[in-house]
Amino acid sequence: MPVVDLGTTPLRELNAALHALSKDTNETHWHVINPQGKHAVAVGLDAPVTVEIQGHVGYYCAGMNQHATVIVSGNAGVGLAENMMSGEVRVRGDASQSAGATGQGGLLVIDGNASARCGISMKGIDIVVKGSIGPMSAFMAQTGNLVVLGDAGEALGDSIYEARLFVRGEVKSLGADCEEKAVTDEDRAVLSGLLERAGADARADEFKLYGSARTLYHFHVDNAGAY
Amino acid sequence: MCGIVGLFLKDKTLEPKLGSMLSDMLTVMCDRGPDSAGFAVYGAGDTTRVKLTLRSAKPLDDVVKDLEAGLGVAVSAVLRETHLVVTLPADKEDAARAWLASTRPEATVVGAGQRMELYKEVGRPDAVAERFGLAGMSGTHGIGHTRMATESAVTTNGAHPFSTGADQCLVHNGSLSNHNAVRRTLLREGIAIETENDSEVAAGYLTWRMREGASLKEALEASLKDLDGFYTFVVGTETGFAVLRDPIACKPAVMAETDDYVAFGSEYRALAGLPGIETARVWEPEPATVYAWERA
Repeated sequence: MPVVDLGTTPLRELNAALHALSKDTNETHWHVINPQGKHAVAVGLDAPVTVEIQGHVGYYCAGMNQHATVIVSGNAGVGLAENMMSGEVRVRGDASQSAGATGQGGLLVIDGNASARCGISMKGIDIVVKGSIGPMSAFMAQTGNLVVLGDAGEALGDSIYEARLFVRGEVKSLGADCEEKAVTDEDRAVLSGLLERAGADARADEFKLYGSARTLYHFHVDNAGAY
Repeated sequence: MCGIVGLFLKDKTLEPKLGSMLSDMLTVMCDRGPDSAGFAVYGAGDTTRVKLTLRSAKPLDDVVKDLEAGLGVAVSAVLRETHLVVTLPADKEDAARAWLASTRPEATVVGAGQRMELYKEVGRPDAVAERFGLAGMSGTHGIGHTRMATESAVTTNGAHPFSTGADQCLVHNGSLSNHNAVRRTLLREGIAIETENDSEVAAGYLTWRMREGASLKEALEASLKDLDGFYTFVVGTETGFAVLRDPIACKPAVMAETDDYVAFGSEYRALAGLPGIETARVWEPEPATVYAWERA
């Protein structure tokens, strides 16, 4: 099992080694120590391996992830799992702004809190935050599921296209064109599945669902004066 | 971009290490601001004396002797490259400033106060910190800045921190959009603003509010209404240390607190080398929320 010490090994060396892994590699479990808040740790992975990082990471950790599982035992900086395609990213601490931004697939689990703009422009990713999320989260969300066990900050789901936003706690305010929705059996099944996969201690019936009111989909002549 | 750092010690035994800790933090932030750098350190001092930090492109070696002759009092001074910190009786501050303005117009007073010393220069932040010997300085708290210029030229005058009042200084990451209007208000109120820089206006605004009786925390809360733009501010006063981010948290910020210190960095990387960081409480300051500490 490779152990990479970022206190002594250049980050590019680690990322190059991870990028060189083939889909059927036997080096399936990596440990990274001393990340010291470095940016772009374990970005662009494309093999079904597990990378465990011990400590806090900087920006863009596990960005563009495909197939891999990245586990951070610490906090993560801006842009965690940005544009993730598939696989799993789990953070034991908190995540900074724009966690899961533009993510197209896979599962992002944050055990702590996520700050502003969590899931901004999400396009199919599933995000489970066990703490609370900051303001402007799920801005222009397109599809996928955001599950929040705690509270959501201001302007949740502003200008949302689609995507399901499940929040157990308080929502400070909803953004433009975001509204509370009735929870269908299908929604509840999706939520239950995600809670189970994330290892979250919560029941699906404790959550409210928010989504798109779909009034911004088309130009409406009554709004002409607003432009 | 710009990088900012700040360190406020709670444990007195760390005070001799303040400079070396701050220097390491500033060096990590070189990537965020390679144009210029500066820092302010709150070192030793008392109420009977004032420290003036002078900066000049011309040699400052003989200023002390001339100043002593001009004022008729003993003056102590420490020369660090382009900066000279002179310490003199507090009641002679106005006379010293007048003497400097008339006989040494090339020397700028970049900071003044009981305890604050302030250094800034164009160049890579690690080189600037080394030139001034930051690593060897001791103190109770300090702030630093690495600049990537946006709103005004890459000059020493445009470098941070900005000080517009005794023992007050501010570093800023971001840009203000209404600084010209606020500057006009401040000038009318008699706050001295020396540059075209937006961040100096923020410093001047806080000086003005505090002059009118506000605490540091109250002054920052008022700035949320009056200053428009992107900002993360880190501010120092003789006894205080505070942080504020704009209401949409446009610029990054991470804080760490232990029983021994409170630390601020634009990125966690800047804090990664601090003692006990592994077990520190590390968090991201909320938007539009003032975080302030005062020395006991």
